[in-house]
Amino acid sequence: MQRQGAVMPTTALTGTRLREKRLSLGLKQGDVAAGAEISPSYLNLIEHNRRKVTPSVLVRLAGALGVDPQALAEGAGADLTEDLRAAAAGFPAVRAEIDRLEEFAGRYPGWAALTAALQARAGSLERAVEALNDRMTHDPHLSAALHELLSALTSVRATAEILAETGDLDPDLQARFHRNLHKDSERLAGGAEALVAFLDGSATAREQGIAAPQEEVEHWLADRGWHLAALEGAGPEALEREVGALASSAARDLARAHVARVAGDAAALPLAGFTAALEQIGPDPGQLAAAFGTDVLRVMRRIALLPGSEAGFVTCDASGTLLFRKPAHGFPLPRFGAACPLWPLYAALARPMAPVGAQVETVGPSGGRFATLAFCQTRLPGGFAGPELREAAMLILPDPGPRRPGVLGVGSTCRICPRSDCAARREPSITREGV
Amino acid sequence: MGKHVLLIEDEENIAEAIRFILVRDGWQVTHLAEGGGAARRAAELMPDLVILDHMLPGASGLEILAALRAQAKTALLPVLMLTARGQPRDREAAERAGANRFMAKPFANADILAEVRAMTGTAGPESGPENGLGNGPGGQG
Repeated sequence: MQRQGAVMPTTALTGTRLREKRLSLGLKQGDVAAGAEISPSYLNLIEHNRRKVTPSVLVRLAGALGVDPQALAEGAGADLTEDLRAAAAGFPAVRAEIDRLEEFAGRYPGWAALTAALQARAGSLERAVEALNDRMTHDPHLSAALHELLSALTSVRATAEILAETGDLDPDLQARFHRNLHKDSERLAGGAEALVAFLDGSATAREQGIAAPQEEVEHWLADRGWHLAALEGAGPEALEREVGALASSAARDLARAHVARVAGDAAALPLAGFTAALEQIGPDPGQLAAAFGTDVLRVMRRIALLPGSEAGFVTCDASGTLLFRKPAHGFPLPRFGAACPLWPLYAALARPMAPVGAQVETVGPSGGRFATLAFCQTRLPGGFAGPELREAAMLILPDPGPRRPGVLGVGSTCRICPRSDCAARREPSITREGV
Repeated sequence: MGKHVLLIEDEENIAEAIRFILVRDGWQVTHLAEGGGAARRAAELMPDLVILDHMLPGASGLEILAALRAQAKTALLPVLMLTARGQPRDREAAERAGANRFMAKPFANADILAEVRAMTGTAGPESGPENGLGNGPGGQG
């Protein structure tokens, strides 16, 4: 329980919460007022948000009601206020009276909650539309599945029309068209089933190889919170059974490569020592790499894949194709196709061994500011005579600090990025204009 | 001999159905199941019309179309493009590449026959509606 007289922020909703709590406990205003050593009329004013409650009175009221004063002071109201603020920010043209927001929430809590719920619903639907559109337009597997379905359907339709409308069809031809029809109807059924499974996002889709192998591996990692604890102090074989259970052989190959890398990371950067160094030095991959005598990309990956890490992490090859995608909240990554060309990842890709650090800002309802650190390393697996291979990586760290001048506005991919004034835009966006 | 259609389509059963309805309508049909070398073959055959699928092994329909338009002999050859991709941007891409007509799959047999007739100026049936699809330029391919 908070001690009397301590600073406790109250809002215009505090009275409403007091009243709701009292009524839910079946207590009379007079009894609670007596317990809190205030007059019933004063409590009545407080409950209707017409008097601001002082911290000491709040503590006494909380005592009379048997609840935590902090819950009465802030409780869900703080979230509601934030949600309403977000709703107002989403529709600036409406000019909602933000200065009277708390009064609105206090006087009409039901309507306020409804407004906030609608805002949340709109945001969730908007994200779903963005994700579905991205999936429909950029998914090569879906495109192939649809093509297969339409081809089979075309054949069935053309053949059925011939059989139905040609009265004097030669028996051999008739038998042949019947066979074609049977074959195509089976193909159609299989294609439709695979498509439905894919759109459902079910495990069946993965089994049928419709989900991309990279996606399958990422789902597997995401299900484990992106940290493979079994590899701390053990080799890749510790996870072979799990990897072997992945649906496609391509996914198993990708997962084995990832597991081997992560096992190497765990051996080179032992968890306890690395976590302590990270706390002491901070997320500077260059300094940490020097401290542990290892390479920068390994350190970046280790930071991103630590238990509970909020950092996003992407890597790409010399073509810019994303090889690994761990999203950070508020920094969406494209599932297919090319990413935003403004990502510092690509600046690093063009300048191997030169560190690139930039504060970036994403747009959209869940957008935010991030500190990005990008670096590119080269390899010569075939020696001087072979090709030079590049791998660039970018750490995406939530940046709670102030917005710095020159912050870089970035997106996920042009198709779903609402920035209308972007000089790097490749193609028009399907999302709302004018951001 | 009837007028000649070059059908470039890799889906065997679709090709068989189209060939059947065209031959029955009096057309001579040559079928190619892949895109590689199709433009050269078209120049050799000089058909009255090319029915060209969009997605083909060897070379895409758009690539073949570009090759046809690039050589003087086939530059004006009427081309009916077939595709399972019916989005406006696909239609625009086909038109930009020089397709005379565009037809999205799945199509009705009567529709494809009507397009072929319209594109070759052979509008009317000659021997009655015996097959339910109408007739075309006469002769059997």
